[in-house]
Amino acid sequence: MRFVDEYRNQADVERLAEAIRRVVTRPWTVMEICGGQTHTLIKFGLDRLLPESVTMVHGPGCPVCVTPLELIDRAIAIARRPDVTFTSFGDMLRVPGSATDLLSVKAQGGDVRMVYSPLDALKLARKDPERQVVFFAVGFETTAPANAMAVWLAAREGVRNFSILCSHVLVPPAMEAVLGSPENRVQAFLAAGHVCAVMGTWEYEPIAEKHRVPVVVTGFEPTDLMQGALMALTALEEGRHGVENQYARVVTREGNRPAQDLLKEVFEPCDRPWRGIGVIPMSGYRLRAPYQEFDAARRFAVEDVSAVESPVCIAGQILRGLKKPHQCAAFGKECTPEHPVGAPMVSSEGACAAYYHYARAQGAAEARP
Amino acid sequence: MCLGVPGKVLSVEENPAGMAMGKVSFAGVIREVCLAYVPDVQPGEYVIVHVGFAISKVSEEEAQETLEILRQMGELAELGEAGEPSEAGEPQPGPGAEPPPGPSGPRGAPPSPGPSGPRGS
Repeated sequence: MRFVDEYRNQADVERLAEAIRRVVTRPWTVMEICGGQTHTLIKFGLDRLLPESVTMVHGPGCPVCVTPLELIDRAIAIARRPDVTFTSFGDMLRVPGSATDLLSVKAQGGDVRMVYSPLDALKLARKDPERQVVFFAVGFETTAPANAMAVWLAAREGVRNFSILCSHVLVPPAMEAVLGSPENRVQAFLAAGHVCAVMGTWEYEPIAEKHRVPVVVTGFEPTDLMQGALMALTALEEGRHGVENQYARVVTREGNRPAQDLLKEVFEPCDRPWRGIGVIPMSGYRLRAPYQEFDAARRFAVEDVSAVESPVCIAGQILRGLKKPHQCAAFGKECTPEHPVGAPMVSSEGACAAYYHYARAQGAAEARP
Repeated sequence: MCLGVPGKVLSVEENPAGMAMGKVSFAGVIREVCLAYVPDVQPGEYVIVHVGFAISKVSEEEAQETLEILRQMGELAELGEAGEPSEAGEPQPGPGAEPPPGPSGPRGAPPSPGPSGPRGS
């Protein structure tokens, strides 16, 4: 595949690993933000190619993983309603709520459907005006423009039976939260390439400046991650901070203006709780007043959902990079992709799923030849 | 949800609602994609597609530059050179540049690995 295969060249990966080994003289801790990047690191064993003194910390860039338990319970309650067609991306269907999950609701007769795009959900709403069609709008800034467009079109066309249950989260406040935590050990970031394709890189400049950290906007293929890591580690070794762009073939400093314009029209930032982390101020999106009629949380009054987390799941520590999946007592035992205890084992971007699928019973250090 | 896939735009049209849509090929698999966020895209160009929307074009020029840097690293490795110590963030001269007369600067410092600094205006 064009623009994919070229960035999976084994020789390039090894050369980049060699360059990293030559430049690193001290221990460093680097966080890759996006769950997609975590998967590439683990799947291709890139973490094992890094020197032992470099620690990769997996960031909270898994929107499914950070969707609050209360919201999943609310989604389940809405999906149970006989007048509702509940639509969602695939992974959300299997995330455990307090008692059950959306897929089980479907198995019990609920009209729950997986869709590839929010436009598919809007199509369903247009096709059947008698049914309430709800879309579980989960994602980072990468996905927000798609959801904004669906709501904007629904408003323009008067598709009144369409609504979204909004679980949008934003990266820069999460980075601030990581850096501001007293337990923080992260010294540099590999920022999420596709989030930046939408939002640009300029938002990260004040963060890099204030905390004096290198932030390297990085892609998702093996050579992208190795190159991003090399740039971050070189900056650390040279005592430099600031924003660099490894993923320049897709990302520009200003980002995608038409997308940003529609985001500003449909959404506004708000405080949001992150599962396992807590409330991060101004870290989410909610619908702006002119579009609030499309907010499923307002449209469907559900009984107070009391969210009860599993006592066994350490997702919060995993998402903050304090523990690795293989350090969880339930990993591979009670908790597997077939019967997940928490979100990071379910999501295609979850760290636990990555470690499980790529057979990581040990961390990178223990597994090195 | 950062999973975006590069695809080649085959055609661009406006749907009945006036929205730009296109047929995009992913190594032969063709899907209908909303092109509203890449308003000036032309058939033949590549875009990154996420949940049915093109969110960015892929710049051939930048892609070539990244691959060129990787290629230069390959050539330097073959020459057995540790490479020039780099000015922070500056792209290195190509393989035609004179190697240093002896070890200089921090030992083993690799060439600056990639495009860096804020891009664009």
